[in-house]
Amino acid sequence: MRFSGSDTYVATRDLTLAVNAAITLQRPLLIKGEPGTGKTMLAEEVAASLGLPLFEWHVKSTTKAQQGLYEYDAVSRLRDSQLGEAKVADIGSYIVKGVLWQAFECETPSVVLIDEIDKADIEFPNDLLRELDRMEFFVYETRQQVRARHRPVLFITSNNEKELPDAFLRRCFFHYIRFPDKETMTRIVNVHFPGLKPTLLREALEVFFELREIPGLKKKPSTSELLDWLKLLLAEDIPPEVLRSKDQKSAIPPLHGALLKNEQDVHLFERLIFMARQNR
Amino acid sequence: MLIDFFLHLKASRLPVSIKEFLTLLEALQQHVIEQSIDDFYVLSRATLVKDETHFDKFDRAFGEYFKGVEALPGMDVLIPEAWLRQAVKRHLSDAERARLEKLGWDKLMETFKQRLAEQKERHSGGNKWIGSGGSSPFGHGGTHPEGIRVGGRSENRSAVKVWEKREYRNLDDSVEIGTRNIKVALRRLRRFARQGAPDELDLEGTITGTARNAGWLDLHMRPERHNAVKVLLFLDIGGSMDDHIRVCEELFSACRSEFKHLEHYYFHNCVYDRLWKDNRRRHSERIATQDVLHKYGNDYKLIFVGDASMSPYELLQPNGCLEYHNAEPGATWLRRLADTWPHAIWLNPESEQSWPYRQSTSLIYHLMGGRMFPLTLDGLERGMRLLSK
Repeated sequence: MRFSGSDTYVATRDLTLAVNAAITLQRPLLIKGEPGTGKTMLAEEVAASLGLPLFEWHVKSTTKAQQGLYEYDAVSRLRDSQLGEAKVADIGSYIVKGVLWQAFECETPSVVLIDEIDKADIEFPNDLLRELDRMEFFVYETRQQVRARHRPVLFITSNNEKELPDAFLRRCFFHYIRFPDKETMTRIVNVHFPGLKPTLLREALEVFFELREIPGLKKKPSTSELLDWLKLLLAEDIPPEVLRSKDQKSAIPPLHGALLKNEQDVHLFERLIFMARQNR
Repeated sequence: MLIDFFLHLKASRLPVSIKEFLTLLEALQQHVIEQSIDDFYVLSRATLVKDETHFDKFDRAFGEYFKGVEALPGMDVLIPEAWLRQAVKRHLSDAERARLEKLGWDKLMETFKQRLAEQKERHSGGNKWIGSGGSSPFGHGGTHPEGIRVGGRSENRSAVKVWEKREYRNLDDSVEIGTRNIKVALRRLRRFARQGAPDELDLEGTITGTARNAGWLDLHMRPERHNAVKVLLFLDIGGSMDDHIRVCEELFSACRSEFKHLEHYYFHNCVYDRLWKDNRRRHSERIATQDVLHKYGNDYKLIFVGDASMSPYELLQPNGCLEYHNAEPGATWLRRLADTWPHAIWLNPESEQSWPYRQSTSLIYHLMGGRMFPLTLDGLERGMRLLSK
């Protein structure tokens, strides 16, 4: 099993190497990077290109580690017992399997994505140490040992909201998705919009990278925002000349709402442009 | 050989562990990469470094070990920008390229050193001096097959050594106290209370209720436990405090989830009758401290962050403020705040030993009733323990 990018996902050499190392050594791969650089997409693309089933676990602030393994629905069992249902005797029918259990049970090797692990409680990664290391866990209610048939390929994404414990990090490979340079960005855009006019692309990228250079932006526009913006430009059929014109009236790029998502950023941007005009 | 590499990384203060090193060896054994130094760089980084803030350190350590980057001549010689400005770009044909002499590494460095000593002005388009566009091995934008790139953008991708490549420099933050540790300390502050809609099963209540009903199920629900801690954060900003403030702000906003409410205000040196919420608009959008005093109930916990170093006049005299005329001295305001919110502490990034020697610091120390703590893990622990009482 080797991953080498796909028709819809441009992976740099660094990234493919890290992915392949993680696949070969069967260790989790921790992915960090600016929002919108395709961290979550990676797991989907790897699963698709290797032809493996994908199990996704989206983590929220309330997610507990146990929920990825299994949950015991005690309340339904209590209710059923009141109603005198027959299945009450079997505790197993009230065990709800979590994402990891489903992946462990899978007949073929699989890909598991633990998305935004930093959203969860600070102890969350620690609670999963042994489970991810040995790929097995114990179900107390049914006294059953669940062991993975095939060690799944595990992707973990993080947005850096919380630091992860060292013990957890030691068990992972790590890759930081850098913001793509112009060349890579052109390849990415070509994958998403084949047949885009080269002039429009060049002008749009110019505006986009200039925008990213502005100091003090709270949220720099990212790849996914660029793609959205291009989609809008195409839908509105905006000619490339509009982007190029640096004259006073159209100094603000059209539809910039797709790139700047923060009111303060838009203000800052407008103020900068205003100042630039004054200097002229 | 690789053990030396590992020890070298360790000596460069990278947090590498033996387990990770063994993983790297395992990966090499399983032929994850072919024998190429670039691949080895990527692989060893993915195995050994788990935080992008360490990438720059790793880049340097890796470079030192495999090439001896620091030993490069000319590292400390500043090469004027103007030389490198891309003025002319000469495109050579393949045949011409092949004709260009390929210098060896040592010879390259030696020649470079020599040129650096000789050259004193901007150069462009030729084939000997350091500059842009030509076919000399030194400079940028040129077409020598094995040159040293100095400034500018990589165009032909064959420079042996890229000086400006330290791409992860901006990520190296060297925060003294790890965010994670601080969060653990801040967790002490959490206090849970039951408020809101009853949506959690009250097991005790249900058992009691069901027993009373002679076995007929009587479900009892209760509201989920929510975090009920409210924090008011006053940050000293401007001058020497700026570096610390950024760290603190990030910390507190990152653990926003730990608190029910977290409000922050800025002040400069000492609190007077005006505060502000957005430092960029500090002069236009000020908030009266009186309003803040009335707005938040006394169940808020007040945390000051500041170095408490100022002239004593700023604390004790009316009109002592550096920026405008204040009718009442800072000490009065501080006392007022501490009276309104009995749960108050002052976090001071300066070391604890220096406090008694600064007049203003010891004044504030007494104003706060001794509740001043250093901005270290231990200090945070002590402060939080006091606040959670």
